[in-house]
Amino acid sequence: MGAVSVEQVGLTFSGRGGNRVVALKDLSLDVPDKQFAVIVGPSGCGKSSLLDLIAGLKETTSGVCRVNGHEVREPDAERGMVFQGYSLFPWLTVLRNVEFGLSLKAVPRAERTERARGYLSAVGLSGFESAYPNQLSGGMKQRVAIARSLANDPEVLLMDEPFGALDSQTRAVMQQLLLGIWERDHKTVLFVTHDIDEAIFLGDVVYVMSARPGRFIDRIDVGLARPRDYEIVTSEPFIALKRRIQAQLHGEVHKALAAGASDH
Amino acid sequence: MRLLQRLLTPRRSIPAGVSMAANAAVAGGILAAWAIATYGGLVDTTFCPRPHEVLTAFWRTLWDGTLAKHTWTSLVVINLGFLLSSVVAVPLGILMGSYRIVQSALEPTVNFTRYLPVTSMIPLLILWIGIGINEKIAVIFIGTFFQQIVMVADTAAQVPNELLNAAYTLGAKRLQVLTRVLLPATLPGVMDTLRVTMGWAWTYLVVAELVASNSGLGYMSMQAMRGLHADLIFVAILVIGILGMITDQFFKWAKRTLLPWAAER
Repeated sequence: MGAVSVEQVGLTFSGRGGNRVVALKDLSLDVPDKQFAVIVGPSGCGKSSLLDLIAGLKETTSGVCRVNGHEVREPDAERGMVFQGYSLFPWLTVLRNVEFGLSLKAVPRAERTERARGYLSAVGLSGFESAYPNQLSGGMKQRVAIARSLANDPEVLLMDEPFGALDSQTRAVMQQLLLGIWERDHKTVLFVTHDIDEAIFLGDVVYVMSARPGRFIDRIDVGLARPRDYEIVTSEPFIALKRRIQAQLHGEVHKALAAGASDH
Repeated sequence: MRLLQRLLTPRRSIPAGVSMAANAAVAGGILAAWAIATYGGLVDTTFCPRPHEVLTAFWRTLWDGTLAKHTWTSLVVINLGFLLSSVVAVPLGILMGSYRIVQSALEPTVNFTRYLPVTSMIPLLILWIGIGINEKIAVIFIGTFFQQIVMVADTAAQVPNELLNAAYTLGAKRLQVLTRVLLPATLPGVMDTLRVTMGWAWTYLVVAELVASNSGLGYMSMQAMRGLHADLIFVAILVIGILGMITDQFFKWAKRTLLPWAAER
């Protein structure tokens, strides 16, 4: 079970010069168990902050986030997270990185190694167990980060622009890899991106977010059949969805630029 | 012409041969200038010994045991002082860089004390502790401790937030974030801090020995000065230089061996 509900959540922080910045305002969201939900929005709209709130890494100014009905108070292994980058522990080998969450729970070494190896092979990194993160390419690092989150068996997987720093070819490969694993594992996923193609290709449902203060301006049921192949990105229904989201985001990006908003 | 352009381009690598030639030119130039000045009679050799005199003095003191005795005293003092300082400063620095409450408590005092020259405290330390080994250990401790704690705290504060957040979302509790993330993440920086502050510790040691002591390389220099044995002063400086270089290489080696993941690629 991994249902996420965000109820009337607001987030305000003090920006430069002490003025109050409203990052999120009265935001509500319901993600049922096993859904792949994507949030797409312009830079600085607060979409990453929303994930931080659900993860328990930040505190809401108003409203509550719930997972399976329980209020989120602090981070927990039930809510795994994949970050944009720089999140692997450089002093641990690939295998030990993937085992990290299990070792915190004192899972016996043999069992955690077996599980870690399983997820490493799922992300196509068998044979790299004893490499250190600084020996890997950006795409490989993100695959380790995904394996590390999944090996911990979270109920909800929060993904904060995990492919944002990758080149477009690698990104396409990673999206297909992620879908392949998701078809098998069927976790609840909340995925944040500013890439419209990525949002439609991955999601069951896509939430379109406005410029700061972040609100949802649209909720789209993608409705494309699964399992999905990368060829669908040039199909008619895909393009129609893309056109719709693009039109909505176009105005928001201009607003964001005018406000001088930056990411985070 | 190509080579010249290459040499004058910032950050461009240069051929190994050219690099070695540049090394040798400067070191050899200094030695040559020394030799010309002394053998050529340009300076008074009472105050600036000739190269062969320094070598003879080195062999003589090496064989009669005086060099070993003084070097041993200095090594014991510097290692004890440095070890005591590191054992306290490293954990405290990690805590200061990780917990705002520890930072608030320590930072103003540490930063103030850091700018007090330890040399100015030597008279006070002699009054309190005397001129034995303890006084010199205290000088080294005070001299390195406050630098180490600030440098280690900086390293700990620079550990990326993403690493802490990744650990939290994998189920780490607060204390586990300290022991499993902050601690290992600061180790390379700690190693660099130790290497740099060890160099400073040598300075404090020699100053402490010059002021008041009855053994050690600084004392050996001081005695040599009184007897106008400039060659022995050269020997003492040379030995300190060599020991410094060995410790520096040791710390570099230890970092490479113990923390292979921290190597820059």
